[in-house]
Amino acid sequence: MSWSTARLRQPSVIPGFRLTLGFSLAYLFLIVLIPLGALLLKAGELGIGGILDIAVDRRVLAALKLSFGASLVAALINGVFGLMLAWVLVRYRFPGKKIVDAIVDLPFALPTAVAGITLATLYAKNGWVGSLFGPQTWVGSLFGPKGLMIAYTPLGVIMALTFVGLPFVVRTVQPVLADFDAETEEAAASLGASRLSTFIRVIFPALLPALTTGFALAFARAVGEYGSVIFIAGNIPMVSEIAPLLIVTKLEEYNYAGAAAIAVVMLAISFVLLLVINLLQRWNQARMRA
Amino acid sequence: MVDTHQGNRHPQGRSLAGAIRRLASVLTLGAAVATAPLLAARADTTLLNVSYDPTRELYKEFNEAFVAHYKAETGETLTIQASHGGSGKQARSVIDGLEADVVTLALASDIDAIADKGLIAPDWQKRLADNSSPYTSTIVFLVRKGNPKGIKDWSDLVADGVEVITPNPKTSGGARWNYLAAWAYALKHNGGDEAKAKEFVGQLYTHVPVLDTGARGSTTTFVQRGIGDVLLAWENEAFLALKELGPGEFEIVVPSLSILAEPPVTVVDKVVDKRGTRKQAEAYLNYLYSKEGQELAAKWFYRPRDPEVAAKYKDVFPKVELVTIDDAAFGGWRKAQATHFGDGGIFDQIYKPK
Amino acid sequence: MDGAPRSNDATTEGPFLRFGLSGIALLYLALFLVLPLVAVFVEAFAKGFGPFLAAITEPDALSAVKLTLIVAAISVPMNLVFGVAAAWAIAKYEFWGKSFLITLIDLPFSVSPVISGLVYVLLFGAQGLLGPWLQEHDIKIIFAVPGIVLATIFVTFPFIARELIPLMQEQGTSEEEAALSLGASGWQTFWRVTLPNIRWGLLYGVLLCNARAMGEFGAVSVVSGHVRGLTNTMPLHVEILYNEYNFTASFAVASLLALLALVTLVLKSVLEWRYGDEIAASARH
Repeated sequence: MSWSTARLRQPSVIPGFRLTLGFSLAYLFLIVLIPLGALLLKAGELGIGGILDIAVDRRVLAALKLSFGASLVAALINGVFGLMLAWVLVRYRFPGKKIVDAIVDLPFALPTAVAGITLATLYAKNGWVGSLFGPQTWVGSLFGPKGLMIAYTPLGVIMALTFVGLPFVVRTVQPVLADFDAETEEAAASLGASRLSTFIRVIFPALLPALTTGFALAFARAVGEYGSVIFIAGNIPMVSEIAPLLIVTKLEEYNYAGAAAIAVVMLAISFVLLLVINLLQRWNQARMRA
Repeated sequence: MVDTHQGNRHPQGRSLAGAIRRLASVLTLGAAVATAPLLAARADTTLLNVSYDPTRELYKEFNEAFVAHYKAETGETLTIQASHGGSGKQARSVIDGLEADVVTLALASDIDAIADKGLIAPDWQKRLADNSSPYTSTIVFLVRKGNPKGIKDWSDLVADGVEVITPNPKTSGGARWNYLAAWAYALKHNGGDEAKAKEFVGQLYTHVPVLDTGARGSTTTFVQRGIGDVLLAWENEAFLALKELGPGEFEIVVPSLSILAEPPVTVVDKVVDKRGTRKQAEAYLNYLYSKEGQELAAKWFYRPRDPEVAAKYKDVFPKVELVTIDDAAFGGWRKAQATHFGDGGIFDQIYKPK
Repeated sequence: MDGAPRSNDATTEGPFLRFGLSGIALLYLALFLVLPLVAVFVEAFAKGFGPFLAAITEPDALSAVKLTLIVAAISVPMNLVFGVAAAWAIAKYEFWGKSFLITLIDLPFSVSPVISGLVYVLLFGAQGLLGPWLQEHDIKIIFAVPGIVLATIFVTFPFIARELIPLMQEQGTSEEEAALSLGASGWQTFWRVTLPNIRWGLLYGVLLCNARAMGEFGAVSVVSGHVRGLTNTMPLHVEILYNEYNFTASFAVASLLALLALVTLVLKSVLEWRYGDEIAASARH
């Protein structure tokens, strides 16, 4: 892109720039920006000081910490296992591979409320999975006399968020891995590199941008998640209360401005995150073109 | 990157485009046709009753009874629509523009909030008998079969190893009654010492492993998920849980002292005046006070106000000492709401890190 | 997405590592995905086929299904038109502030569904900015079909655009330029050149957008008003039934949604199987 030209866009013979950009912008404003503007306006009633006061309230901080912390852990889990799954799906052959590949997208398509109710059913202490970690079982007894509680603890939150973010890493890494040039690998191997060091020095760096993108997407998606978490979180203030629930709580107090303020804080963090993702993607594209 | 689509000009391209265009027009038409009846559905006389969670079963039956009654009385056919959810959320929906002809909520302060926005006359609670609450309930304990933890009264809830299930008072109306009943008990047993009461209630909430957002969520947590030793519940919810979910698996324990929960009902003036449904809406609420209405309330485990009906069901509902929200300790809902459940109120202080 | 299996020992792992990796990856998938899916259907049929059928043919359930279909039928085409227009503008031209624009398009994706509903309440609610004006003119948006549609559009806003932008960026502009130089009009170029090139990515986006539109819970819950038989979508109906202790019926309706998810996935796989190369390109975010 040449920045020396003073024009806002590069000349092109293709028609429809005004039509498409105009429509896109109008739609964007109507559906997204004006409503978000209303949110800012509402939060603005409190003033910057008021919003900051809410943002640093210890209970709000604890909720933000849980929302962002659990999302981070969930995204890390998805980063590690998603990479592994993408690897297995691209490199190995096994029966039922097509089905496995298809099912990865399930969290995109399954309604969050259904996911939440189902996960709570599974991971509660009398559920299929939860009961395996009860105090009576040997696995559970490893975690102390009360066994390991999954549902209704921060662990439950992480489980739900892992579910929600699962497809992202797999789906971003998969195509890059499929495209990966085998010659580079062979060259590394012929130069005497072990399989592990080939992976660490050659393959992993090439996957890193896609992996980061997938990680960030999974993270961004998890931060705002409500429907699936609320059934499994426990919702104890300072312990297992997520930030979106605090927004709902403020609303129940008829405190619209307070709710909007927490929303604005979350929104600001999300926006920065997304901007970083898109810059990463640009960087990624530039690298791949090079 | 290499363009993988060179020379990729499929002949189907054109038909596909046509298909998309056709599909789009069919979809638009379909949407228009399908939306029309939905939007028109409220054209004839309908009433919308915006209520809270535990009244689902009661109003399902009551609405049918009232429609039949009103038809017999006036010849007019009504359709009653119902919306259920957390009491506070429902009140907020009405404030935000949900056109409820009548509201039947869990506590007076939620209706006060609507009245504060000018949708309901400020003196609404005096318009119908008995504080505009045609039925009452109270807070009881639901424990597991055989009462393994030996829970008999509020003081047993804070014993070591007892887990208590109750929803979040910030989001659930029932939970506010739970909280206030515990508060009333603690006040009585500490000679009216508020600091001691605060300590007791604070201690009680350290025994709560899951704070669901609504009463129904808590019941599910206790009954289905097997969490906790005791569920603090509306009496009507406790009876319903016994009936629907596990007869013989749970027992109701009545504490020495509880609170008289008065779920109020009223007409939303601004809406009925606009829609011209005041007559029907008032008839609807009055029918709640009739023998039939009271019978239905009792059937769904609400304590009827009508002395005759109450006498008939007196064996169902245990006798218990009840304080009311208007007692000096609370001073009415407006005061109680602000002191206990407002932003930074006593409930918030419980969870403030020390 | 079938990478050719490598025969060369130097570029693959030993059998133990291979089985180990596959085992762990599949276990992870089973634990987090397959198990919940199985649980939905087990619960739905816990009392046999009769109660299942009764639950999904009951009038309230049917009206929920109908509303869900209507909402998807409006919001998906709207986002489709937007997605194509935005991708065209972004992929075919270079202009200032493009990264920022893409970020704005992505924004709804990371906005909490609760906030997505809240913004419309703040705008169109009776206490909101436009509330008084709307009430004067007796226009209902919140707690009616338009509000539910708007919230759904917001939540599914980026889905199709996100699918198309990288695809069209990758395809570049040479084919369109060629068609134009041969005298085709702009619309002709779009219908005959661009659309055939992006159609599988487009369909993929539509499928995901549709699945999310039908399944959205949080945002819709804020603006629906929960009037039974009138403003309840399927996910809300699932919650209502669940709250009525009617677990079997709740999971029965949920299983319909899960089934929809599965059909979506099957359709997507069929597309990938038949048009693997084109789709692979479209999946490159």
